[in-house]
Amino acid sequence: MSAVVGPSVFGLDPLYIGGVGLAEVLITLLKVGAAFALLLMAVMLMIWFERKLISDMQNRIGPNLAGPFGIFQTLADGIKLFFKEDLIPERSDRLVFKLAPFLSLVPAFLVFAVVPVGGDFDGSDGRVSLFGHETFLQVSDPPVGILLVLAMSSVAVYGVMLAGWSSGSKYPLLASVRASAQMVSYEAALGLSLVAVLLKSGSLSTNQIVAEQSMWNWNLWVTWVVPMVVFLIAATAELNRPPFDLVEAEQELVGGFHTEYSSIRFALFFLAEFMNTITMSAIIVTLFLGGPNGPDFTTVGWLSGLLWFFVKLMLFLFAFVWLRATLPRFRYDQLMDLGWKLLIPLSLGWLLVLASYDIAGDRGWNRAAAVIAMLAVMAALAGLLALALRAARQRRELDPQGGFA
Amino acid sequence: MGYLRGFAVTLRKLFKGTETGRVVTTQYPDEKRPKPVRFHGRHVLNRYEDGMEKCIGCELCAGVCPARCIYVRGADNPPDDPVSPGERFGYVYEINYLRCIHCDLCVEACPTEAITESKLFEFSFTNRADAIYTKDELVVGDDGRPQQLPWEDWHPGDDEHTSAWVRATSPSGRADYEGQVAWSGELGYGIRPPERGQAADEEGDGPDPDDRGHDGHGGHQ
Repeated sequence: MSAVVGPSVFGLDPLYIGGVGLAEVLITLLKVGAAFALLLMAVMLMIWFERKLISDMQNRIGPNLAGPFGIFQTLADGIKLFFKEDLIPERSDRLVFKLAPFLSLVPAFLVFAVVPVGGDFDGSDGRVSLFGHETFLQVSDPPVGILLVLAMSSVAVYGVMLAGWSSGSKYPLLASVRASAQMVSYEAALGLSLVAVLLKSGSLSTNQIVAEQSMWNWNLWVTWVVPMVVFLIAATAELNRPPFDLVEAEQELVGGFHTEYSSIRFALFFLAEFMNTITMSAIIVTLFLGGPNGPDFTTVGWLSGLLWFFVKLMLFLFAFVWLRATLPRFRYDQLMDLGWKLLIPLSLGWLLVLASYDIAGDRGWNRAAAVIAMLAVMAALAGLLALALRAARQRRELDPQGGFA
Repeated sequence: MGYLRGFAVTLRKLFKGTETGRVVTTQYPDEKRPKPVRFHGRHVLNRYEDGMEKCIGCELCAGVCPARCIYVRGADNPPDDPVSPGERFGYVYEINYLRCIHCDLCVEACPTEAITESKLFEFSFTNRADAIYTKDELVVGDDGRPQQLPWEDWHPGDDEHTSAWVRATSPSGRADYEGQVAWSGELGYGIRPPERGQAADEEGDGPDPDDRGHDGHGGHQ
């Protein structure tokens, strides 16, 4: 870490080293505006992309009337929803009912602020020159960037929970309880697999995490693949995307937590959902695939970074749509089993394996032996867990009326 | 890996079609699929070839209607200017399409084939008054075709086979029933050729247009 400046309230961005003047404020505002516009455009295109792609996978055409290839379909839907009647149920808690969509939307925006979308990571720490000022191509680089991501994904749960609760109707309430249980459960696996990355990179700043993964030295390889797989599954569940979309379950429920919502408030939930898909893909790219890091093919250094970031991002957006087109929805107990009995123990165990590898290196022990020993311990623990689960199942089958007593 | 085979299926579909073709979509308002022969659309009140109305105001349709959506009042034909051949005619005839379930029982009940269901379904009204089709709106025009009302959106040709298929069905519900073609002459259509499942009448050279009321209902071969 060659160019570490002291952590400040503005984060680690070199833009603020020489004090904050008008130019710095303007550049920051420009970055904020660009990120905002970029994200909104991306959401618009993402919805179109998903609808077109999934149509192709289902022998359909998809939207094809609004603009060339139906590319303005999202815009048309948005305009329509804006002018629809906005109903607020009589028995709802009006303030919370109005607040909830924004509790979903704002965190989705904020997470994107810490994602480095470009930058010259070829030998340097990603700083680029913007109007004669050195800066990172991300809105902000707080020293606790990854914690912000986790915090915001937790706040997003409140949007879902309060939306269901404030509707004053029993079905949204049930759906929101279910949804928040799902999101809270998978947040544990999400966080634990993320810790593996932090263990290796030794920093919470997204810019430094990217800078550590020079060229092909991605965290995906550094953490031995498993944390990324866990993170991908947990992120899918966290996003309420198929096959974990029990929250909406179009074919089974009226709508889930947003049943009582209409007009633009309804649209905001979906805006937030698709925005979360994009930001979460960006986070995966940042954490595991080196973000904008990659071989430089262009003359302008940071343009190459943007391109790499875009390519990697598209890979995950495609994967999310592909998952949706392929996999049937999980049952609720399968969902909880996968989260609590597989993903959380696995990511926790993997963290221990990685830690033992590091400690063995520090103390000069035989690293291979340490890893094999840890894997043996993990296998033993997995066997114990399997035994416990089997005993529990047998007890349940012996006393089917017993419930949880 | 059996789990991953599904992913291959969706990916394959992305690049090439299957035996069902590249896309199964019909570009609906521009192109329309052929409608099933027993499709139940909105009703029409038919007329004979000479322009007289078939409805005799017997109210059997209203009586059989499970949704209670038909309102009929009959009246005596004016002797000097009869509306229908016979004694009575349908003076008031109204169908409420907010209630109609398109079960076709009225068509089966009608003794004179006056009411039949067309294949028209593209009508969306914006007020309740429009939802109640009056006799003036239901009766076929002088060319024997259904009238296109301002709130209806169908293309020329969608009104084919306005007079229903129902006359080929068995009154007892037997599937192998083959009725006799006994269409009475109809305004705009004349005498129809036999349809699938209807045995041609070998005895005569087709039914007499004036021989109304004998359409094979209730009879066996």
